[in-house]
Amino acid sequence: MPSATQTAGSDSRPTPIYELTGVSKYYAAGDVVALEGVDLTIRKGEFHSVIGSSGCGKSTLLKIMAGLTPPSKGRVMLAGTPVMGARPDIGMMFQQATLFPWRTTLENILLPIEVREGKAAAASARPRANALLELVGLKGFDQSYPSQLSGGMAQRAAICRMLVTEPEMLLLDEPFSALDEITRDFMNMELQRVCAERNATAFLVTHSISEAVILSDIVHVMSARPGRVVRTVEIDLPRPRTLDMVTLPQFGQYVTTIRNLLDKGAFL
Amino acid sequence: MSELSAAGKAVSPEGDTIWTERVSLGSRIPRWLAMVVLLFVFLGLWQLVTSAGIVSPLILPTPTSTIADLGFVGRGLLSGNYMVAAFWVTTQEVIWGFVLALTIGVTLGVIVGETSLGERAVMPYIVAIDTMPKLAFAPLFVAWLGFGISSKVALAAFISVFPIVVGTAAGLHAADENARMLFKSIGASRLQTLVMLKIPTGLPQFFTGLKIAAISVVSGAIAGEFLGGGRGFGELIRVAAAQLDTPRVFSLIIYLSLLGLLMFGIVSWMQYKFVFWHRPGTNANGKAAR
Repeated sequence: MPSATQTAGSDSRPTPIYELTGVSKYYAAGDVVALEGVDLTIRKGEFHSVIGSSGCGKSTLLKIMAGLTPPSKGRVMLAGTPVMGARPDIGMMFQQATLFPWRTTLENILLPIEVREGKAAAASARPRANALLELVGLKGFDQSYPSQLSGGMAQRAAICRMLVTEPEMLLLDEPFSALDEITRDFMNMELQRVCAERNATAFLVTHSISEAVILSDIVHVMSARPGRVVRTVEIDLPRPRTLDMVTLPQFGQYVTTIRNLLDKGAFL
Repeated sequence: MSELSAAGKAVSPEGDTIWTERVSLGSRIPRWLAMVVLLFVFLGLWQLVTSAGIVSPLILPTPTSTIADLGFVGRGLLSGNYMVAAFWVTTQEVIWGFVLALTIGVTLGVIVGETSLGERAVMPYIVAIDTMPKLAFAPLFVAWLGFGISSKVALAAFISVFPIVVGTAAGLHAADENARMLFKSIGASRLQTLVMLKIPTGLPQFFTGLKIAAISVVSGAIAGEFLGGGRGFGELIRVAAAQLDTPRVFSLIIYLSLLGLLMFGIVSWMQYKFVFWHRPGTNANGKAAR
């Protein structure tokens, strides 16, 4: 996915999927500015990250993109239509796996289909769900209850639940930040593999610089009060990325660049 | 000293420190044995106090006379005399009171827990009524519904409805922000969110309220009988007490407690059956606590 490094307007670039123009969000009748004039273009197959300290509005941005909360100003377009409410072409993942203990792993994964299309559709999607379980290495756990899964396994099941509706766009809200670092590194590589296999477009919210760099084609650095994108950094590392790449001098430069931007943001 | 060390600190010949957890004496006795021992200690003290004449048998019967009367009442219940009729009257009051409390409690609980208007407008009144001494309403229920079974059913339901309302409403609020966001993001309707998320999430709290109600409903029925007559067990207790037949009062109360125990047992069993992912004695993850 080297497309991100090419010049804007070039025909060889994939078509934009997500387009945000001047997205702002105010709370308390305009007194609190959570987001101010965010412009964002995400193209097919790209992996974007947004990074910033807590309270910089990155979660608000994600909720607006997902159609969970309306923007106060600005426009959000996905696949040519404005986002106004939850969309079936968006798959989401949160910090917690949020599997429901009264459902088996398979039933949890089929939940989005059951909600959108009913029980019959969910039943006919079972082979697809099982294939996804195999993709993330959870084969044979379909009839297990979430209490029998470890934290990492639960997040893998959450990946399956996000993918089962075959969404155009993946929105990831610090999906692995509740896991220990070893599991987290592993899950990040799993995520990359899953995205590559499906040529998925993804948008990740994180507060880990190295996670953002290792996964992304483009990293958006945000500052707080008001929440805005201060700089967009293109990560030109070869794909597939490996965990060893953290030792590359290039990797270190990206991390330093982003850290400096974040430090500056803290004193704004 | 109740805490004796099972094995103290010692140093092996090799010089390694051997150090084992201290296990208190109390935790090494099996639970059933501890319960039985405590029961006999209690009965022994009771017998001592009464047969030594410290307390008059008119005030406190001896354990032996109570046990003898338990046998008498038990035979009466088995032979189908007036006691069975009385027990059946109270049982009916308890069952109908519970069913009524369940119906009204769940309805109010859903209104309070699911609608913002209900939470803001109805809940304050429920709290206000809940703080009132509910037994004081008993004469009113008798005045409205007469001396028959219905006034006792009403009081039993009135006393036990509040824990159900609170349990239902609290249960419907139990789903966390992440789960709500997930349901929103997959486009779930309000009804789907209620049925597929909020109700299952809230079942443990609902059953907690239901257990409290299952116990208090018996108290409500008996209080109703005390204050409004009738033909139930409460009336038998009142008559026995008036005759200073304290062994009879004790044995009737013990049989009544079986009714409460049965109600509690049924609710507990239902909880075990329906809330299989959240069983008592296991933690939130469903793994055994110990």
